[in-house]
Amino acid sequence: MNRRNFIKIVSFGGVLTVASKMTLDAFADAHKGNGKAVKRWAMIIDTKKCAEQENCTKCMDACNTIHNIPHFDNKKDEVKWIWKEKFEHAFITSENPYLSEKINKRQIPLLCNHCDNPPCTEVCPTQATWKREDGIVMMDWHRCIGCRYCIAACPFGSRSFNWRDPRENIENLNEAFPTRTKGVVEKCTFCDERIARGQIPACVEACEAKAMHFGDLNDANSELRKILVNNFSIRRKPELGTSPEVYYLV
Amino acid sequence: MYDAGKIIFGLIIFVILFSSPIWLNLAGNPGYKPDIKYPVNEKECIAPREYMNHNHMEILNDWRDKVVRADIRFYNQNAKPFLIDGKPAEMSLTHTCLKCHSNKSEFCDRCHNFLAVKPYCWECHVTPEEVQK
Repeated sequence: MNRRNFIKIVSFGGVLTVASKMTLDAFADAHKGNGKAVKRWAMIIDTKKCAEQENCTKCMDACNTIHNIPHFDNKKDEVKWIWKEKFEHAFITSENPYLSEKINKRQIPLLCNHCDNPPCTEVCPTQATWKREDGIVMMDWHRCIGCRYCIAACPFGSRSFNWRDPRENIENLNEAFPTRTKGVVEKCTFCDERIARGQIPACVEACEAKAMHFGDLNDANSELRKILVNNFSIRRKPELGTSPEVYYLV
Repeated sequence: MYDAGKIIFGLIIFVILFSSPIWLNLAGNPGYKPDIKYPVNEKECIAPREYMNHNHMEILNDWRDKVVRADIRFYNQNAKPFLIDGKPAEMSLTHTCLKCHSNKSEFCDRCHNFLAVKPYCWECHVTPEEVQK
């Protein structure tokens, strides 16, 4: 091969590379919805406002009744979507030994964080759990085989397994929502069935202290974004890189 | 062959008796048929009865995947929203099917039992009958 041909081939290759990169980028943009409003559902919980209502269980009660969540006296069988835990347990990696007793003992509502980078969905062998485009970490109970990999993967303890038949331990059966069956994992789905009807999650609606806020983080003018700009907020175990989308104001 | 006449005669009788259900069915006597109670006051279904009899399970599977996995909640027919009582029909066993067919034991079960199929829908989905209890 002479010098002239070599330069021809190399420059042709170069042009081809640049052109294909541009085409691929264009496709990638189109796939993102390009300008179309993709939502990113998220939640903010004001722990101070919440703590003012001592021993309040309104958010949990609303969730439990609407979603047919069974109650078991034995802790090992417990099924929970939203529950309360002391600050020092909820934010176990905050590593601050000098926090006041008041904050350490504050009861914090916890639920699935609907992480941006959810480890639970990565390990599911049947794609029974996956991250929706709007950020909800969804569950398909039809498809769950009960392997419990997701429970092991979730660093927040947000997932529960039905060790027993839940039907026997549901106080008031809500006809509008299915129960689960023995051998299935369940967790909070940000009330996807209510969002689909234009409602907000049941816990947020039930909170009389207005300590819970729900909305679209991709909307720069949303209430959530304003709260996050004007207040200091923390997330659970951010160092793990799962990027939780439930923010807490302290 | 000894006693060929008796044996062949016996065989013919055996074959006729053994296949008699088939002949009776062909003769227009289907024997037992499950007595399914259709809703009395409701006239609208998402598809004709004949089609639903044979294909409701496929429709339900399709609805399940669309609602849970793709977040498509309402039923479209010929690319248009399907209306029941003027409202778009939700793709939901509980909110659409069971609203009219509220009698699972007289509707779903009778046919399923007859055909010996055991769909596991009801292990999770709640029927109106269960709530009344």
